[in-house]
Amino acid sequence: MLKQPGDASAQNLSLWRRVTDHAATWFAMAAAVLVIVPLLAIFIYLLIKGAGSINLAFLTQTPKPPGELGGGMANAIVGTGLILAVASVLGVPLGIGCGIYLAEYGRGRFGDLVRFTADVLNGVPSIVIGIAVYGLIVIRQKHFSAFSGGVALGVMMIPTIARATEEMLLMVPNVIREAALGLGIPKWRTTLSISLRTASAGVITGCMLAFARVAGETAPLLFTAFGNQFWNLKLNQPTAALSLQVFTYAISPYDDWHRQAWAGALILIVLIVAAVAAVRIVTSRGTLKGVS
Amino acid sequence: MSLPRAVTHLSRMSGTVNEMNSPDHFEPNQKPATAIPTLAQTATRRTQRAAATALQRIRQSHPPSSRIPDAAFSVLILFTAISVFAIVVFVAWQLYDKSRLSLHQFGLAFFYGRDWDPVNGDFGAMPFIYGTLVSSFLALLIAVPLSVGVAVYITEMCPIRLRAIISFLVELLAAIPSVIYGLWGIFVLAPLLREYVEPFLAKTLGWTGFFSGPMYGIGMLAAGIILSIMVIPIIASITREVLTAVPQSQREAVLALGATRWEMIRMGVLRNARIGIVGGIILGLGRALGETMAVTMVIGNRPEVSRSLFAPGYTMASVIANEFTEATGDLYLSALVQIGLALFLVTLIVNALARLLVWSITGGTAGRARA
Repeated sequence: MLKQPGDASAQNLSLWRRVTDHAATWFAMAAAVLVIVPLLAIFIYLLIKGAGSINLAFLTQTPKPPGELGGGMANAIVGTGLILAVASVLGVPLGIGCGIYLAEYGRGRFGDLVRFTADVLNGVPSIVIGIAVYGLIVIRQKHFSAFSGGVALGVMMIPTIARATEEMLLMVPNVIREAALGLGIPKWRTTLSISLRTASAGVITGCMLAFARVAGETAPLLFTAFGNQFWNLKLNQPTAALSLQVFTYAISPYDDWHRQAWAGALILIVLIVAAVAAVRIVTSRGTLKGVS
Repeated sequence: MSLPRAVTHLSRMSGTVNEMNSPDHFEPNQKPATAIPTLAQTATRRTQRAAATALQRIRQSHPPSSRIPDAAFSVLILFTAISVFAIVVFVAWQLYDKSRLSLHQFGLAFFYGRDWDPVNGDFGAMPFIYGTLVSSFLALLIAVPLSVGVAVYITEMCPIRLRAIISFLVELLAAIPSVIYGLWGIFVLAPLLREYVEPFLAKTLGWTGFFSGPMYGIGMLAAGIILSIMVIPIIASITREVLTAVPQSQREAVLALGATRWEMIRMGVLRNARIGIVGGIILGLGRALGETMAVTMVIGNRPEVSRSLFAPGYTMASVIANEFTEATGDLYLSALVQIGLALFLVTLIVNALARLLVWSITGGTAGRARA
């Protein structure tokens, strides 16, 4: 910073500039702290309130009737697994396929349209997708089901996986594709065994991120999977899910249910953080980096 | 280039050569004026023959049957791409179809009707639209300065070692499910607001009318704060991407003119990135408008239009979440779906706008919204 001794206006300007510079630095640091504080607060509360309530009964029993102490969320944990399995079966192939189209075929106008639609679908509120699946499956079947919940979550996985797959495939050098084609390998084989294989670390990352995103999703499950107080392993029956159970318990008036809500939330977040952390490890080891 | 494409390319090449020699171009009786065209003709003929042999060889080594899997694969892939498009169209059609009853009954008056009375079959969405707009606006008011601040801190100020950690933490914020935000909001944030924040606001800013009335903790203010925490990671990560895209030479040029760091950020970085930042903010708005669970748990769920932020409210998404499974009667259900339709259209427009803005900056490759 240039200073001219004796020039009052320059001195004043310089002071102002110094003050704004410091203020901006302090503001940015304060913003960083303020953003991270809620995160830490949420994790600390989850640990304090949830960890004490996770025991064998919680993990192996079904919910007790309202007002009675004890019981657990075993059926909800299994239900979440069931719904997520359906979601993955639907979402992962469609998402990866769409990503392959965007990267390998869709360089034209239709590709842009699909890319844009995928981004728009990513922004559609989850509850709206829930309504659509309700209209498609629940009304026709005439009852709520694990399958419809899985379909709703699967639809939500597609755009995330598609965009991640596209990004990763575009990072695969063209030389590799040309080498494969030059050896006489057909294009479908090149795409699946060469390009997709090279990009697999990134594609897996995308899938895990999509998985983590829908694992805690509650809104579309309210009127698709609906929830259940009992065991259910059938796809065409109403099913409990961790996120639904946490919601029901949190807004209930019973202290024991509040305690269990925290425990359920802790299990949910452990599931999700494990997925995200696994992604970190895979990407830091893999050949391709980019999706964080 | 793939084999089938190479084949078509070659055949097309020989096709053009044929055309050049065809009677359309050269009249059959016309003799070449000089010797040069004859030379050219033999040359093209030679190329043509070479191309034809190459083509034949490729065809021999790859019988037509080997092209079937390729064609099948590309059709399959095209089908998955169309499915994404079809899903969005299907969602829109479902919403329209299921809300037809209410659309006929109320028309546009639905959106400014203030009464929500399921018992008498009288439905107006105004309180929900108001609640959605106010809570989202409040969320942006809190989230925008904080997320731009944190993005600036990450890209321009913080030591490199901290950079990865802070961006990881911010992205982790996006991975927390909204039901957990809601849980935290009910049992931690709401009591905190009720005991400390709201009395303080009432004392200092009560005269504005925004901070008055009974303090429940749960209400519009709590919803705005929870929403702001949820949209910060979106706005921050897009802003960070856009700031990183600003060329280093811009920074160096402004610094070389004697600017302080803040002036460099303001003139060299933020000014260049402003369109992308606005895109990120609109994307955050899209998320805030459609957010359901956390808001439902802390907003109080009362269909009222109230000036005070302490008062409970209701949003479009949360009324669907709360009443959809309990809706008795076709009209009631239809009215709820119509709210869903409005929500869908608004978020569609908001997201499209945001994407176009972000794409114009980062060139279409970046712009993932959620971690």
